[in-house]
Amino acid sequence: MATLLECKHLCKKFDQKVVLDDVSLKIDKGKIIGLLGKNGAGKSTLIKLINDLLTIDSGKILFKGKPIGVNSKSHISYLPERTYLDKTMTIAQAFKMFSEFYSDFDAERAHKLLEDLDLDESMKIAKMSKGMQEKLQLILVMSRDADLYILDEPLGGVDPATRDHILDTILSNFKEGSSVIISTHLISDVERILDDVIFIDKGQVVLTGSADKLRAKHKSSINDIFRSMFDAKKTH
Amino acid sequence: MQVIQFKFDNERPIYLQLVEQLRIAIVSGAYPAGSRLPSVRELAVMAKVNPNTMQKALTELESDQLIFTERTNGKYVTKDQRLLAKIKAELATDLADNYLADMSKIGITPAESIKYIKHKGGQ
Repeated sequence: MATLLECKHLCKKFDQKVVLDDVSLKIDKGKIIGLLGKNGAGKSTLIKLINDLLTIDSGKILFKGKPIGVNSKSHISYLPERTYLDKTMTIAQAFKMFSEFYSDFDAERAHKLLEDLDLDESMKIAKMSKGMQEKLQLILVMSRDADLYILDEPLGGVDPATRDHILDTILSNFKEGSSVIISTHLISDVERILDDVIFIDKGQVVLTGSADKLRAKHKSSINDIFRSMFDAKKTH
Repeated sequence: MQVIQFKFDNERPIYLQLVEQLRIAIVSGAYPAGSRLPSVRELAVMAKVNPNTMQKALTELESDQLIFTERTNGKYVTKDQRLLAKIKAELATDLADNYLADMSKIGITPAESIKYIKHKGGQ
């Protein structure tokens, strides 16, 4: 299996606080991976390092075997935890901005997704509900023809119906050869669509593996495995 | 395209549950002998699972010869009626075993259990 992304011994501190502590992991091509951890575990920091938005203290990140940088950015489509869209824009203007920024933006796909998710081009972002804004962000990110999609908490604060729409959108746009990293603490909502999981806690990778193999081994859901690991630690 | 309702619990491997439910869809005739199955992607979206997981389930059904791949045309249900009947009988036996095990939990013997079935059958 070809490796798409590799992190080697990553460390990151903010002031004196260690946020990532010797993180090493590999992401293969063609997989949906869950980056799972509690709030503050280091998930978003790791994602920002992969997207070259923060500098690495020590360690390496390789994308298709080469250090990340300008080249990797154009092949990674990133959904940040917080919106960066200018809310005075309409959806049509956001589409235009994306197609100017990213040569791999597929306007046809974006329009189809817009229809599937019941949104209209003329809508102003400021007037849309939180769930609608999350859908729009996802449409923008999934409409790029990228090698790697990184979705940071794509289900934060949306209702169950919207959550299903978002998962459907991720699945139906997931194409052969590309990979998706979904970072979330809402494990039970996403675990069914994951190939592999990476558990991260206190800045360290504590467990990696195939979701189905872990279910077979522990005879329980990924959510329960996660909870038993971290709830047990709490009692010490 | 024949749409199937999939249902999962997260405590067992998803691909195994897909294998079980697709097997039922096939022996029940929802996907009849010799018919073409929806594509991996269509089935994955239907079941709301990862296409890789669906592929793994289909590979397992294929190694059981319940489905076969026609080089460029996709996957088809076997035309082998004898195999379909055999798998249906296996599933029925499993269900009967489960029934008897449940009855034994409430203190009813297999011999007595049959009476309940006959009663249901209107005899």
